[in-house]
Amino acid sequence: MKILVCIKQVPDMESKFKVNGTGNWYEETDLAFRINEYDEFAIEQAVQLKEQLGNEPDVTILTMGPERSKEALKKGLAMGCDRAVHILDEEYFNRDSFEVASLLAGFAKEGSFDLILTGMQSQDRGSGQVGILLAEMLGIPSVSTIVEFSYNDGNVELKRDLEGGMKAKINATLPLLLTCQMGLNTPRYPTLPNIMKAKKKEMTCLAASDLDHSSSFTTTTSFFFPEKSGSCLILDGDSSSNADKLIEILKEKTAVLS
Amino acid sequence: MKALLVGESREGILQASFYELVGFSKALNLETSTFLVGKESSLPTVDGKLYLADSDKYGDYNPSIHKQLLLDTIEKEKPDYIVFSHSSYGWDLSPRIAAAQKISQISEIIAVENNEFIVPACNSKLRRKVKPTSDVTLLTLQGGAFSAPENRNGSPEVISIDTSEASDSVGLKGYEMTPKTGVDLSKSEVIVSVGRGVGKKENIAIIEDLAKALGGDIGGSRPVIDAEWLDSSLQVGVTGTTVSPKLYVACGISGAVQHLVGMKKSDFIVAINTDRDAPITEVSDVLIVNDLKEFIPILVEKLGK
Repeated sequence: MKILVCIKQVPDMESKFKVNGTGNWYEETDLAFRINEYDEFAIEQAVQLKEQLGNEPDVTILTMGPERSKEALKKGLAMGCDRAVHILDEEYFNRDSFEVASLLAGFAKEGSFDLILTGMQSQDRGSGQVGILLAEMLGIPSVSTIVEFSYNDGNVELKRDLEGGMKAKINATLPLLLTCQMGLNTPRYPTLPNIMKAKKKEMTCLAASDLDHSSSFTTTTSFFFPEKSGSCLILDGDSSSNADKLIEILKEKTAVLS
Repeated sequence: MKALLVGESREGILQASFYELVGFSKALNLETSTFLVGKESSLPTVDGKLYLADSDKYGDYNPSIHKQLLLDTIEKEKPDYIVFSHSSYGWDLSPRIAAAQKISQISEIIAVENNEFIVPACNSKLRRKVKPTSDVTLLTLQGGAFSAPENRNGSPEVISIDTSEASDSVGLKGYEMTPKTGVDLSKSEVIVSVGRGVGKKENIAIIEDLAKALGGDIGGSRPVIDAEWLDSSLQVGVTGTTVSPKLYVACGISGAVQHLVGMKKSDFIVAINTDRDAPITEVSDVLIVNDLKEFIPILVEKLGK
């Protein structure tokens, strides 16, 4: 079995963001980057399936992005993926979801992967399109936002997250692409021996220009902070005085403290 | 300009979020028609053509078949915009259409300015304005961003549609509800809700103390539920319970969109968060910029006096 995991490296969302000079993305300097949270569920699921099947599946981890993205691939290898592919691309933020998916498809179409796993969305762009687009471009079935996965002899049983506390139970067969939602599993921390082993694993680097791909159908015209509503009162004193003020406010504005 | 609105049906019932698509179209003065895989017994009350495929025959979730039915309808209607809710149905189906038609798609729209669309970025801390460059554009709308019209008494011209061209290897085998515990948060008057900022499971006790001191119930955001620090029936947000208590206290919750949509109708909202830029502040009345582990025990003590 061949498994592909598609990941993105994104800033830590607790970071202090700044808008870049061209006003269409964030300024990358001073940000700490990590694996997109949803993609970690995808890596974990791939590695769990590999373990379930006695180590037989070969797991490729793929990303597209600037040089820094290699760190995310290294972590994926240390979590248990077998090989990594980096589509080196400094212009990643000027490409829309369609173009990104077509680049990933440009790589994946030669690989005849049985199972492709990715996050339901990136934390920075957040369109939630790339996974499904990739599946459609490859002509394979796909299911989005899964919260449960089990595999048995070619058959896949899934649960999909729906609105209002409901889940859909889904059956599918390989080949298949799945996008992973929070709650699917608990991603492991790489152990030191596995971090050392990962250094010996294969990492291939490609350029976006090496791959057939489509152009974008949208452009970002501006990137900005939302205006503060102004109606939010900010209490930034010490805990004790803030507690006194809050009690006053609750007495005045709500009926919950009598 | 013409819009094709994509409705959504579950177990034969039209999802009410459809009317937000109607509200959006009215705001933009778009001429509309509707596509729905659903039941004759639960039709949207809108004017214009309604292309209806029977959900008994085509299911609630058969992505390839719904894609084919929708592509056939697009071919007939030739809309400028194809509009979905940014929901489990909409975000799953819309990219399939984008791939087939090779057209632009803009997801999770919260506002429109001069034919450009504003979407959240970086967990809602930032905004991105996006311009489509194809003639036809797919749009998914964030839940709650556009108001449903008050007047909902249109009557559609129903056109039944069928397809025999598609089949699906992916199939829906049924639904499962999260088991309910004793508490129904949708009826709570005071909710003290806990997010990832609480740090670890042991600290949940601090939040429970505050809920007790305020005479309310405890709830949680998705990461806390997924980490199994709280029972899954206590999740506040789109995939959990939508709430509107008299007082909502958000402790260590940054405010992912899915959470905000589920609680922003609360009468009074207090956020306790050390990050002044956290999106929760957009819907809050008061922000306490203190470490919740220090602040809450002091507040509880003072409330007890």
